[in-house]
Amino acid sequence: MAAIATEQDILKGLAEIIDEIVGIDKSEVTPEKNFIEDLDIDSLSMVEIAVAAQDQFGVEIPDDELRNLKTVQDVINFVQNLQKPQG
Amino acid sequence: MSTSPTSVVVTGLGATTPLGGDVPSTWSALLAGRSGVRKLDWDNVDELPVRFAAQLAVDPAESIPRAQLRRLDRSQAIALIAAREAWRDAGFAPPVRRAKSAKPVEAEPGADEGFRVDGDRLGVVVSSGIGGLHTALNSYDVYKEKGWARVSPFTVPMLMPNGASGHVGIEFGATAGSHALVSACASSGEAVGYAIDMIRAGRADVVICGGTESCIHPLQMASFGSMRAMSTRNEEPERASRPYDKNRDGFVLGEGAAVMILESEEHARARGAKIHAIAAGCGYSNDAYDIVLPDPSGAGQAKAMLRALEDGGLTPEDIVHVNAHATSTPAGDIAELASIRAALGDVADRLTVTGTKSMTGHLLGGAGALESVITILTLREGLVPPTANLEDMDDEVDLDVVRGEPRAIPDGPAAALNNSFGFGGHNVSVAFRRAV
Repeated sequence: MAAIATEQDILKGLAEIIDEIVGIDKSEVTPEKNFIEDLDIDSLSMVEIAVAAQDQFGVEIPDDELRNLKTVQDVINFVQNLQKPQG
Repeated sequence: MSTSPTSVVVTGLGATTPLGGDVPSTWSALLAGRSGVRKLDWDNVDELPVRFAAQLAVDPAESIPRAQLRRLDRSQAIALIAAREAWRDAGFAPPVRRAKSAKPVEAEPGADEGFRVDGDRLGVVVSSGIGGLHTALNSYDVYKEKGWARVSPFTVPMLMPNGASGHVGIEFGATAGSHALVSACASSGEAVGYAIDMIRAGRADVVICGGTESCIHPLQMASFGSMRAMSTRNEEPERASRPYDKNRDGFVLGEGAAVMILESEEHARARGAKIHAIAAGCGYSNDAYDIVLPDPSGAGQAKAMLRALEDGGLTPEDIVHVNAHATSTPAGDIAELASIRAALGDVADRLTVTGTKSMTGHLLGGAGALESVITILTLREGLVPPTANLEDMDDEVDLDVVRGEPRAIPDGPAAALNNSFGFGGHNVSVAFRRAV
């Protein structure tokens, strides 16, 4: 990961991943959306999306954390927190 | 002809095959005697003993969106395509999608058009002989190259042989029961038989039944090749599948799916459905002889045919036609003809036989369903598709094998058998009767 992604970068990247994996139009993927309730994404697809997101944003998403990522904004926050320079 | 307590009829047909992406295109190619066998264009294909197969005429990506296709093995995708055609053909309303979330589902366009089937009275029996071979092997490649975490979480549902049955059940909301019988090349003959029994037993009014196979992969060319089971006519792929011909040298691997809607006659008549044929009955036997070789006496095959007659309330005199298993192997084709004679006696001299694998290749777990569809059309249209590539008839053929041009079957009451035999010793014969 060369540069730290902005919120907009993460949203755009995540929307592309979701479009690729579950075929939901990129415009549907907005921060307030809940993956299960609003986007009708099942748990196995979430695993695939998480793996693709790890590759794209260069972060680790442990299984325990994945359970807490319920909305698009949750993922944006999670990725941004991990990308902050440590120390 | 007597009728069973619950008469079962066929009200919908669907298929995607090496000859066409649907039933009408497949049927017209069969009548024209056209071959669906082609050279394989793979890298390193020259390393294989067999370099041709009967691949699908129409890519599933033409009708299934990319994201859905990612989580379906090719064998499952084509089962869905065939099931959708059969469903529409039966005159049923488009299915209502059930969301995983609690939010209400918007009605699909056209949801009010057609008959709405009660899900609790709707069953599924869709078989595959091999299952998701492409998925299993591709996922193993991913594992070796990138590690376990990159293996798709859909690998298990994509490789399991009941996956197609599961997906069809989800698509159409079939909650009466979903089944997948696995018996190699007899799998989807058994699927039709099980569907008939589900309706007779009162478990369902409507059953979506059929079979699917997609395993044209280098491993299959190598493993069937090492058995010496496949034709090696690499220079003339279209002429390689030639049942009953003196110069036949093995079967040709094919891929495809075929699905039928079976329905109790009472249910079909009450909704004014068109009836393609009557699914009269099914007979089974097991050779209990060898895991791959058929019992050379043919006793098991004959038993299956006799049991199909018994199950369907038919006598040998009712049978006018047999769609033979006829895979184009030197021993198998002739042995089956002897079994037909053993089962039907003198009637064997009056019926027509055809071997449609000459054009479609061998769909393995999809063969019984595809050839059931062909048998139904043969009765309905009164036309027997010819056995292609039958140029020099084997001297041992003593039945009327149709070749060259389609042969007309006279109008009036008529019944036909569709034979499917599988590795493991499974023999299945399905009996269909013309709807008159």
